[in-house]
Amino acid sequence: MISAPFDYIRPASLEEACRALGDAEEAGDDVKVLAGGQSLLPLLRLRLAYPSALVDIGRLPEPRGVEDRGDHVFVGALTTHDEVMRSSVVRELIPLVALATATVADPAVRHRGTFGGSLAHADPAGDLPAVALALDCVFVVRSVDGEREIPASEFFVDYLEPALEPGEILVGVRVPKLGPGWGFHYEKFHRTAQSWATVGVAAAVRLGEGGGGTVEEARIALTNMGPTPVRAHAVEAALRGADFAPSGSNGAPDRIREACDRADEGSVPPTDLHGGPEYRRHLARVLTYRAVRAAGG
Amino acid sequence: MPRITVSVDGVTYEEEVEPRLLLVHLLRDRLGKTGTPIGCDTGNCGACTVTLDGRSAKSCSVLAVQADGSEVVTIEGLARGQEWHPMQEAFHAEHALQCGYCTPGMIMAAIDLLKDDPDPSEEAVRRGLEGNLCRCTGYSNIVRAVQRGAREMARQEAPRETRPETRQEAPAS
Repeated sequence: MISAPFDYIRPASLEEACRALGDAEEAGDDVKVLAGGQSLLPLLRLRLAYPSALVDIGRLPEPRGVEDRGDHVFVGALTTHDEVMRSSVVRELIPLVALATATVADPAVRHRGTFGGSLAHADPAGDLPAVALALDCVFVVRSVDGEREIPASEFFVDYLEPALEPGEILVGVRVPKLGPGWGFHYEKFHRTAQSWATVGVAAAVRLGEGGGGTVEEARIALTNMGPTPVRAHAVEAALRGADFAPSGSNGAPDRIREACDRADEGSVPPTDLHGGPEYRRHLARVLTYRAVRAAGG
Repeated sequence: MPRITVSVDGVTYEEEVEPRLLLVHLLRDRLGKTGTPIGCDTGNCGACTVTLDGRSAKSCSVLAVQADGSEVVTIEGLARGQEWHPMQEAFHAEHALQCGYCTPGMIMAAIDLLKDDPDPSEEAVRRGLEGNLCRCTGYSNIVRAVQRGAREMARQEAPRETRPETRQEAPAS
């Protein structure tokens, strides 16, 4: 299918893009920002969205690239998934981002799709929103009035709805380094190779020193378990102090599994072709257990 | 209407395009490059895969205006005269097609995969082609063909495409 008609604006700089976006939105136009277009263009072609104009920032020289900034890594919004995956800074310092990005769609889509685009699209079935939520990332957004920061916990407002005000563009994300002792895993369940996650789990786990295998801290967030990514606070709390000793040893209950059985608490799973809420709740519990085991193992 | 300049299979075209025109429609309907088929409406199937500035892209998920200033290589740009590209030869030799609809995209994705992994394992081929669906489920022969094509390309040691170091910046419209 062919998209409904729209005006096309290709600004020469980010400043110009902010101005164009602000002006158009002030005039009452329904404007979308186009970066790689790998989520937006299919929506337009299926006529699920009818913007009156696109502001194409995809060819701008900045903000793109990955930068080690001490306590965090800054990932420019226009950095492609492919570039993120290839970045040694990402792989070494924020490995959960690399693990999840490698599961996004397929190579051709990763060549064009962008880190910032995936997040600003705010699709709860996308893999990166849950990662950003689990890692307590900070979103940096810009408008003609300047920059402001939005914590990940406030960025995802509703289905496909980020906390961007009219005229604001996401320029990048600060991804905190969690430092030594942390293990990471992204567990994704999907029916075909390149499809969206039916359910996904982003997990970061820190075990106590001395090799005791006791969880000191855990960060868990879920993909596609509601209109926004969901932070599994109940699991995080229940995991604290849980032991990674082989399950069933000494007849002791598997506290990791008990903790992960709370993964669906507070979620509002959707229904689609791939399953209903009960199935997704089940998946969330099983996949969280796998993710935590892999991250802490 | 925006005017774009785009190189396709080594020939430069200047076209006036509606913003909503997809790259695949530019290729097929305006430039006659019907070797690139359209398989789905969702960006899933990969039949329309081309090389855009050196890397694979699904031409149904790219606007023609986004390709302004870019270099596109389609399945039609692989052969040299009457001589097929080694990957085309390999798909023929291994009978890596049944209906043939996915073949152009499979070949473009396979060549892209070899840029990162010139000697891919079966697993690497299967992962590398995850964005390309074969509705006849002829994957076994496709995987064999990609590995055969890789060996032949390595033997010839003459890469058909080189990856541009930097993307060309397009002028603002």
